Amino acid sequence: MLKHFIGLQWKSFYRSASFKTEIWFKILMGLGALYFILVFLGMGVGSFYIIEKSGLGDPLRVVNRFMIYYLAFDLVFRYMLQKMPVTNIKPLLYLPFKKSQVVNYSLGKTIISFFNIAHAFFFIPFSVVLLIEGYAPIQVIGWHLGLMALFYCNNFINIMVNNKDGVFYVFAALFILAGASQYYQWFDITIYTQPVFDFLYDLPWTAIVPWLILVSLYFSAFAYFKKHMFLDGGLAKKQSEAKTENLEWLDRFGNLGTFLKNDIKLIKRNKRSRTAVIMGFFFIFYGLLFFTSAIEVYDGPFWKIFAGIFVTGGFLFSFGQYVPSWDSSYYPLMMSQNIKYREYLSSKWYLVIIATIISTILASFYLYFGWEAYAAVLVGAIYNIGINSYLVLWGGAYVKTPIELTSNKKAFGDKQAFNAKTLLLTLPKLALPIGIYAIGHFLINPVAGYLFVAIFGLLGFAFKEKVFTMIEGIYKKEKYKTLQAYKQK
Amino acid sequence: MITVHNLTKTYGQQTVLNIEGLEIPKGQSFGLVGNNGAGKTTLFSLLLDLIQPSSGHIVNNDVQVDQSEAWKPFTSAFIDESFLIGYLTPEEYFYFIGELRGRNKADVDALLSNYTDFFHDEILGQKKYLRDLSKGNQKKVGIVASFIGNPDVVILDEPFANLDPTTQIRLKGIIKDLAAKEEVTVLVSSHDLIHVTEVCERIVVLNKGEIVRDIHTSTETLKELETFFGG
Repeated sequence: MLKHFIGLQWKSFYRSASFKTEIWFKILMGLGALYFILVFLGMGVGSFYIIEKSGLGDPLRVVNRFMIYYLAFDLVFRYMLQKMPVTNIKPLLYLPFKKSQVVNYSLGKTIISFFNIAHAFFFIPFSVVLLIEGYAPIQVIGWHLGLMALFYCNNFINIMVNNKDGVFYVFAALFILAGASQYYQWFDITIYTQPVFDFLYDLPWTAIVPWLILVSLYFSAFAYFKKHMFLDGGLAKKQSEAKTENLEWLDRFGNLGTFLKNDIKLIKRNKRSRTAVIMGFFFIFYGLLFFTSAIEVYDGPFWKIFAGIFVTGGFLFSFGQYVPSWDSSYYPLMMSQNIKYREYLSSKWYLVIIATIISTILASFYLYFGWEAYAAVLVGAIYNIGINSYLVLWGGAYVKTPIELTSNKKAFGDKQAFNAKTLLLTLPKLALPIGIYAIGHFLINPVAGYLFVAIFGLLGFAFKEKVFTMIEGIYKKEKYKTLQAYKQK
Repeated sequence: MITVHNLTKTYGQQTVLNIEGLEIPKGQSFGLVGNNGAGKTTLFSLLLDLIQPSSGHIVNNDVQVDQSEAWKPFTSAFIDESFLIGYLTPEEYFYFIGELRGRNKADVDALLSNYTDFFHDEILGQKKYLRDLSKGNQKKVGIVASFIGNPDVVILDEPFANLDPTTQIRLKGIIKDLAAKEEVTVLVSSHDLIHVTEVCERIVVLNKGEIVRDIHTSTETLKELETFFGG
């Protein structure tokens, strides 16, 4: 029986679309994975010595102190990204497998998921360092095993609370509140939680407690799952009650309004697009890294422009980049309905522009860091509107990755979205404004640098009609290939 | 209305469609039948410029479809669920199509009121998004949406599949009414020989991408088709 399951799993792995990419990209992906593994290993090994050097006290105790945040963050992260392994269950239901076998298989599958393995890259080297540094072996092992059980507890908790957004938001809010109150020294939750983790080390036999919890969680997850393993139960797609919205205030924009209405609904009602917009929102705060001088490397003058582009371009990069893929599931309709390409494109363009303007207004708190900081933001916004808005639309013509709107899969980047053409288009998005600024900065003064970038943006804006004709031509040329690509889910 | 000139479509070595010539006059109700892989959907996709012909072209009301977009205002279609926008409610979808075709809400509502029977209370006011409707109900939405804005050409791919018997019978009535209008050209493909002979004046049989029969529908047509496909 297990043989079948493993066989299925293996096939779904090596036949997945991600394996059908170009060879150079596979190599790049491999290198990327290797890099992250090394970073985590380095963190595991290095963190002990870094904490020791910084004089916060016994590294183990420090780690224990902040462990509650680590666990809470892990849970939030899992909730957002780790999917329930139900997708492949349906075809197994009516086959001669026992239900409990199918459940065990699905739950077992989550044990080897990335979300669990990733922590091992930190904890194993950290524990090894502890042993080398002369901590008592039995106690270290007890601590290690205890924490391992706790992370697996998270795994099963996540399975059971899956899709209970209410619980999730309350938990996330508490987590943020705890972090904030610790930062401002109102209330320190770690005083109460640290001893719990210390116990695992001081009295290694207590590690059995998390294991007992883990076992009971496994069984409750098992029972929960088994009980709900019906097509109209846990396996049913969640349906939310639909409300018809008119958004009549957009009618005054004519055909453009029609598309904008649709795009607003698209963003509101689909998980994937919501995530993109929320991610775009957080870009606004990216500039804090640059303007607060938190990171020394970022103090160079060019980085300010770089920050300005990102602060106002969050939506442009997270949402705009995937135009027209957002409409991939009904692209044939868009292509055969009474729609002119130009209208379709300009509605997307306006959406990006509106979002950029909103970000610019929201980002006015950068004035706090001096007029120069906000000038960089404004200049970044002008460049985004004048140049980058075209470039994302242009790049979109080559992306051709269908987007599954209802799932968050691949929300953090999709390798098929990277190809030589889109990579080349990234250069003018980021490197060009920095270059233009550098010319002004070195030849005249920083203000001239800002002006140059802004003028460049305004020029782009002035040539809108021309650029649109060109982009329209590219979209038309790519139309059939795009339609073909969107068919392959 | 629609003229096909030396149209072929090949994928690699395989020719999936090869039509030397085909003329569909204005107002005709045209039925397309054939087994799986005969090229029905390919022909419809070519008509809508969703795929590119390998050679030849199609002219729809003096507009060559792969050269100009001017056929879009008077042509509408429902091919499959990729013509539906899953995150809209049926009402929103109808209004959206209406706006694209220059029809306001009242116009769309007036049109929809003709299809109360057809919808059987399962479409409007259901508080459901299109993606959560059953396959059959999705199809009803797509078919009716293709009637919005008085198009001159209506293309329906397999409209009878997935529908319950009552709805199939009602749909036949709807298509017949539509075909009875002088100015509307209806193109329907189907696997169901009985349905298609009932609603279409003319039936073309495709086999492996080629036209093998072109029949003006009469009482003997069904027999003829059954012999063709049975033999």
